Amino acid sequence: MSDEQAGVRPAGSPAGRTLLDDTPPLLSLRGVGKRFGPVQALSDINLDLPAGQVTALVGDNGAGKSTLIKAIAGIHAIDGGEMLWEGNPVQIHGPRDSSHLGIETVYQDLALCDNLDIVQNMFLGREALRGGVLDEATMETKANQTLSELSVTTVKSIRQPVSSLSGGQRQAVAVARAVMWDAKLVIMDEPTAALGVSQTAMVLDLITRLSARGIAVLVVSHNLNDVFQVADRIAVMFLGTLARTAPIGELTVSTAVELITTGNLTTSTDRES
Amino acid sequence: MSSSPQQTPPPVTDDVTPPDEVLAGVPELASGSLSAYVRAWLARVRSGESGVLPVIGGLIVIIIIFQLKNSVFLSANNIINLMVQASIYVLFGIAEVFVLLLGEIDLALGFTGAIGAVFAVWITGPPHNQPWFVGVVLGLAVATVIGAVWGLLTTRLRIPSFIVTLAGLLGLQGLLIFLINKLAGQSSGGTMSVSNGVINGIAYGHMSNVLAWVVLVVVVVTYAAITVLRDRQRRSGGLVTQPVGLGFLKIAAIAVAGVVLVLVCSAGSGVPWAVPIVLAIVLGWTFLLGHTRFGRYVYAIGGNAEAARRAGINLSQIRLIAFALSSLTAGAAGIFYAARLGSISSNVDGGQYVLLAVAAAVIGGTSLFGGRGKIVHALLGGLIVATIYNGMGLLNLSAATQLMVTALVLLAAVTVDALSRRNRTTT
Ligand SMILES: Nc1ncnc2c1ncn2[C@@H]1O[C@H](COP(=O)(O)OP(=O)(O)OP(=O)(O)O)[C@@H](O)[C@H]1O
Ligand SMILES: [Mg+2]
Repeated sequence: MSDEQAGVRPAGSPAGRTLLDDTPPLLSLRGVGKRFGPVQALSDINLDLPAGQVTALVGDNGAGKSTLIKAIAGIHAIDGGEMLWEGNPVQIHGPRDSSHLGIETVYQDLALCDNLDIVQNMFLGREALRGGVLDEATMETKANQTLSELSVTTVKSIRQPVSSLSGGQRQAVAVARAVMWDAKLVIMDEPTAALGVSQTAMVLDLITRLSARGIAVLVVSHNLNDVFQVADRIAVMFLGTLARTAPIGELTVSTAVELITTGNLTTSTDRES
Repeated sequence: MSSSPQQTPPPVTDDVTPPDEVLAGVPELASGSLSAYVRAWLARVRSGESGVLPVIGGLIVIIIIFQLKNSVFLSANNIINLMVQASIYVLFGIAEVFVLLLGEIDLALGFTGAIGAVFAVWITGPPHNQPWFVGVVLGLAVATVIGAVWGLLTTRLRIPSFIVTLAGLLGLQGLLIFLINKLAGQSSGGTMSVSNGVINGIAYGHMSNVLAWVVLVVVVVTYAAITVLRDRQRRSGGLVTQPVGLGFLKIAAIAVAGVVLVLVCSAGSGVPWAVPIVLAIVLGWTFLLGHTRFGRYVYAIGGNAEAARRAGINLSQIRLIAFALSSLTAGAAGIFYAARLGSISSNVDGGQYVLLAVAAAVIGGTSLFGGRGKIVHALLGGLIVATIYNGMGLLNLSAATQLMVTALVLLAAVTVDALSRRNRTTT
């Protein structure tokens, strides 16, 4: 693990952050592609996710954001390109591989089991055991702790099935599940879509706190105000390609909108990527 | 819209929660009184999570009706007979719960059980005369392998289990006829008699009264100790705990049911061995589903298979094991069946047993749509099915009436399941 070719990296470190230029980014995608039958959902994606930074992934409906996220999370096998984790090539064949690396994901559809309760959902696939038997006490305590750290206080009982929660509460549970583990990369696909004002502020604050702790965050959002509030870097997808990756300071809301809708900038203020 | 600032108590939460209990924070039930529990329970009933109380109520109503119609119904010997009858439905029902929880179905279970029984009867009978446990292990193993085959076909080839096991239903019926002719010889008339005393004793052997009381006391005391210790530990850890009163109510209910059972049976020939065996299986499988990763994953797959996959769960493996365990239990049911009839023949009505197994599970409260259900549902549902059959038999109702009444009960149970599912999805 040492000097990656720095030229491929789309942008330097943003103002206010000190990032040693010879540290490889936490995760690099190199020429990643994904095809669903006739649909080329992703083509030639080159994206770096540096530790301690928030990267916002934006793009129109169907641009391929969720597909890219699922590729990183191991839900979809990629059919081209490679992924480098801390500079080393990795194969992510399934969700277990990604969580072993330290990747946690909040999916757009939340991926919760309605019939299970909050604790059961938060620990699904990684249950605490004691003598081979589920250790409910440990799990419940830890889930409780995480939820109160996130100020999720409106749920009546941590043991109620997820089907009885409101949309926002469900989303809060999905976010809590992802941040409960010591992740190095947290991916969130529209984490605030169903949240109220104060809960949105909470999640945005959480994103900032995660990155301050040195965690890489990749967040998908259609809300550009949120994006400009928390992101260090912005990656714009257009029809399955990465139209532009830039430090947040290089774009404004209006140039971002133009990139999202057309895939390039006509009123080119600076270099293209 | 869904949430409110957290400093001040939220004025009104969202529509799903009952308006009368707005509780900030988590430990609602930790401090909960019995009345709060009852209110929460009523809310669950409205959302289709009614639990087992209505089922127990239904069972009691049915029992009262039959007793009023024929006073023999609640006699000691009829109750004993009913238990043995019910044990078969309960075991088939348990087998079906495993697959129903996954959102799958196994239509071949009846014949799977019959084929398991054929091997158990064959190896323990002349000329092999192996001891009973060899027969039981062989029978259960054969059944388990059959279940594993269904599991492999549904997971590897992605054929719906409905189709795989429908083929299995036909194929195994053929195999049953073939095996019995082969193993018992053409001259047997398609019947193999159970000659092993222990296997026969499952249905016709009885615990001594002393033993029955000892077992009852041990079971109730153990249950009470576990409940009290666990609840105390959870409460002191600030975790969600059932109200103290409810814990004692459950212990009392189990003790009373046990005492009545033993008293009634000891007025007759004693508690049949089938009863403790079935209860042990119920306990074992309940533990497996409630307290192990495997059980948790079965529920997760039934609830949202894609979410389970994203959580890193190996869906094929869990499905395969569940099908195998389901058929293993069906094998036990088949051996019980052979024990009760004293033989196994090629005209076992395996198709009807499957339908009654599904009926038992669904009547008890297990959903056909996956993710919701418990082993105890099969216990209660199996008792209801057996009670209906037994009671109608005592009233000398024709087979035609019996079939139609059973169909109505099944239909009613499925309707409740479908309606409560609709309630859940529309909230
Ligand atoms: N499992 C799948 N099978 C086939 N096509 C798919 C699948 N998943 C996504 N696609 C296609 O890939 C393209 C990108 O979809 P994706 O869900 O990644 O978009 P998105 O950027 O997340 O959109 P949105 O903002 O609406 O969430 C779409 O054309 C979609 O139809
Ligand atoms: Mg999406």
